[in-house]
Amino acid sequence: MKRRLAVDLSSDCAGIKSPNPFWLASGPPTNSGEQVMRAFERGWGGAVWKTLGQDPPVVNVTSRYGAIDLGTSKIAGLNNIELITDRPLSVNLKEISQVKKRFPKRAVIASLMVPCERKAWHDIVRKVSDSGSDGLELNFGCPHGMSERGMGAAVGQVPEYVKMVTEFVKEKSSVPVLVKLTPNITDVRVPARAARAGGADGLSLINTINSLMGVDVETMIPKFAVGEKAAHGGYCGPAVKPIALNMLSSIANDPETLGVPLSGIGGISNWSDAVEFMLLGASSVQLCTAVMHHGFRIIDDLNAGLEGWMRRKNFSALTDFVGRAAARVVEWKRLDLHHKTAAVIDPAKCIGCEVCFVACNDGAHQCIDLRPGSRVPRVRARDCVGCNLCALVCPVDGCISMKTVETGLKPLTWEQYAAAGMKGYRLGRRKRRHAS
Amino acid sequence: MMASSTGRSAWRDNLAELKKPLSPEAVRLEASRCLYCHDAPCIQACPTSIDVPRFIRQLASFDPLGAGKTILEANPLGHSCARVCPVPVLCEGACVYAAWNDEPVRIAGLQRYATDAVHSADALPFDPGPESDLRVAVVGAGPAGVSCATYLRRLGFAVTIFEKRRLPGGLNTFGVAEYKMDRRTSLEELRLLFRLGCSVVTNREVGRDLAPKKLLRDFDAVFLGPGLAGTRDLGILGEDLPGVVDAISFIERVKARRGRGLPSGERVVVVGGGNTAIDAATQSVRTGAKRVILAYRRGLADMPAYDFEVALAKTDGVTLLMNAVPKRVLGLRKAESVEFARTSTKAGRLIESSTELFTLPCDRVIKAIGQRKENALPRAFGVALNGDGTIKTDPDTLRTSRRGVYAGGDAVNGGKEVVNAAADGKRAAWGIHRALRPGVPPPPDNEYWISTL
Repeated sequence: MKRRLAVDLSSDCAGIKSPNPFWLASGPPTNSGEQVMRAFERGWGGAVWKTLGQDPPVVNVTSRYGAIDLGTSKIAGLNNIELITDRPLSVNLKEISQVKKRFPKRAVIASLMVPCERKAWHDIVRKVSDSGSDGLELNFGCPHGMSERGMGAAVGQVPEYVKMVTEFVKEKSSVPVLVKLTPNITDVRVPARAARAGGADGLSLINTINSLMGVDVETMIPKFAVGEKAAHGGYCGPAVKPIALNMLSSIANDPETLGVPLSGIGGISNWSDAVEFMLLGASSVQLCTAVMHHGFRIIDDLNAGLEGWMRRKNFSALTDFVGRAAARVVEWKRLDLHHKTAAVIDPAKCIGCEVCFVACNDGAHQCIDLRPGSRVPRVRARDCVGCNLCALVCPVDGCISMKTVETGLKPLTWEQYAAAGMKGYRLGRRKRRHAS
Repeated sequence: MMASSTGRSAWRDNLAELKKPLSPEAVRLEASRCLYCHDAPCIQACPTSIDVPRFIRQLASFDPLGAGKTILEANPLGHSCARVCPVPVLCEGACVYAAWNDEPVRIAGLQRYATDAVHSADALPFDPGPESDLRVAVVGAGPAGVSCATYLRRLGFAVTIFEKRRLPGGLNTFGVAEYKMDRRTSLEELRLLFRLGCSVVTNREVGRDLAPKKLLRDFDAVFLGPGLAGTRDLGILGEDLPGVVDAISFIERVKARRGRGLPSGERVVVVGGGNTAIDAATQSVRTGAKRVILAYRRGLADMPAYDFEVALAKTDGVTLLMNAVPKRVLGLRKAESVEFARTSTKAGRLIESSTELFTLPCDRVIKAIGQRKENALPRAFGVALNGDGTIKTDPDTLRTSRRGVYAGGDAVNGGKEVVNAAADGKRAAWGIHRALRPGVPPPPDNEYWISTL
């Protein structure tokens, strides 16, 4: 019998080693040693402890989380206004030591947030260093509450502070330092460069996105309010994944931060989400919302899914594929204007809902026709701009596929087109159908 | 098999509605399944053209009252249709999920949720039109008449409904199997609709208590919605014996005397193969009959009853006896047995055997071989009939051969569903408007339902 490929899931992210790349992100699931131990018993590779701060600890409000549901899917997006740990520093440090003693091979990363003073950061780094943590994560991302006090995102939004505080920490830290970035910024590459300049060993992103979950239209009180008032919170969960992927890949492809170890965060719910982050450059991934929704047990299918995929792809280690897709994310101007696809509807699979027709006709480019006596619409391939919308709205898997049309043309990017004085584009502009 | 106790509580359980209302969670799930088809097949399959995807989208966006309005605009009897429509052959049968070998969206359940919301809010989503001095008489408070009256009120006509029975609703009130819809639901639906300001005169039979001439004189138009007449006779010996009943009266008695017991019918023979025969058979089981045999003269595939109705009868433990035609009801003082002849079909023709005879003992025989056409009323109004006894009407306006007289429902279509009657009532109302107020556009807030015609 042929032996199956040995697959090694172990991860090394900025020198922080864990038996698998799945870490619990700093948040409610890593509130206490008791939780982290249960998570490790279940198989999690690492845990970023809920952010530690100065004593006395913060106090929180009640009504802390809010969510949006999509149809029958619960928690497509999650918002929170919870602050950093509300337990004394000494209690957290003691529990970190206990966890490390019991689970020496798992990664425990202490997330930190104190005011922007050298002494404050030196103090906390010193106190944490005795706990046995494998790394530090600087929370420059928390967008609510703490930012009003000059911490969290208030630091992450000012590149000079990012660099300065990173330097404070690096002056004292004996373990790798990750800087966790806020997405609430115009260009995430700028604070990423600052963190690198300050000596960060790696970057983790994204933190949560500023959000307000809604307004109850009956009471006219914002949703998930504290009494009758609400403050903006931080948004996470499946809905934010594309935003996180974009930010991660922009850093992975930035010449100034090329090769910096990345820990991917943002809407990861399953193994394939995690693989996507890794393909764009993350060497570890962090999950929180999915655990808040389904519990620590999801690690079973995360590990199994990743292992199965690696075996299928013949990868024996994470390093075989981390970053593989990053270079395929380019600027728009590098895309091939001569690449053409057109929609093809498989009549055998079509159930005749005609949703593609109405989407194309009203919402896109008017390239699908209805035929009398048939509920199977037809794409006018010549006019189809290949926008994908029909395939996106089609409820049947594989019914509408986007097929590459061989044009025989040489690739042409906008960069080349513009450089050639807007000449050389051969696909032709389509004639608009006039409203009749 | 169904508990065969005639005790009060067992009765109540056996006749309780089979289809329960959907929970809000189920509504969310079903509503999220709807694909919102373009030119949706479910709309096309609905005789009243309810915009199903639209009302489902309204449900999905937490607007049940808006959904209810979408439904009741196209079909004022949407509340009862959600319960009594044979949806597997109408909207749900047309759902594109069928082409996917998947369960259709539970349109009836969703519709019920929406109209239940309207009834909970206890407010009709539309108002009567500005009053005109034109008066219309509606004969028969069944689905066709009530639908017509509703739209006439919305158009501003003064409407008086004449109903020969003591309660309005026609078959919705008296003839729908109890487990599909109880009488109270039918009456609640009517109570809400009548708030538009219809005068409803019950216990008044046009043609007997009231001369058609008088109606034609006092009203600017008359709508006839008399439904069908009594059940056809078997035309066999012994049919007059006590214990031989017709299905319509039987179902009516079950509904009326629900929970109070019927004269015993331990062994029941139902004669007929339509949906009414099924209703009679299942309700016999559900009211305590020990053994129910449904006898039909042709084969299973020929039964006019819907497949899902036949399936229900089987589930209830009804024995289906095919290719048997009754020849005699035997008994001394009451029906004691039925003698059947075997039948066969040759080249589409039914052949009765003269030698293969057999007898089934029974305590009750229920006749369900279809209803006669109502011909006294149309005759009294002097309107022309078709060859099959239905009233001849113009398909666009439902006007009869007589000016000012319109007709719809079973008396015109020969016996269809509540939803067909509702569609007729709607069409006739618009026909009456166009005849009585030629060239006058409908009052505001009437465009939508007119667009569904």
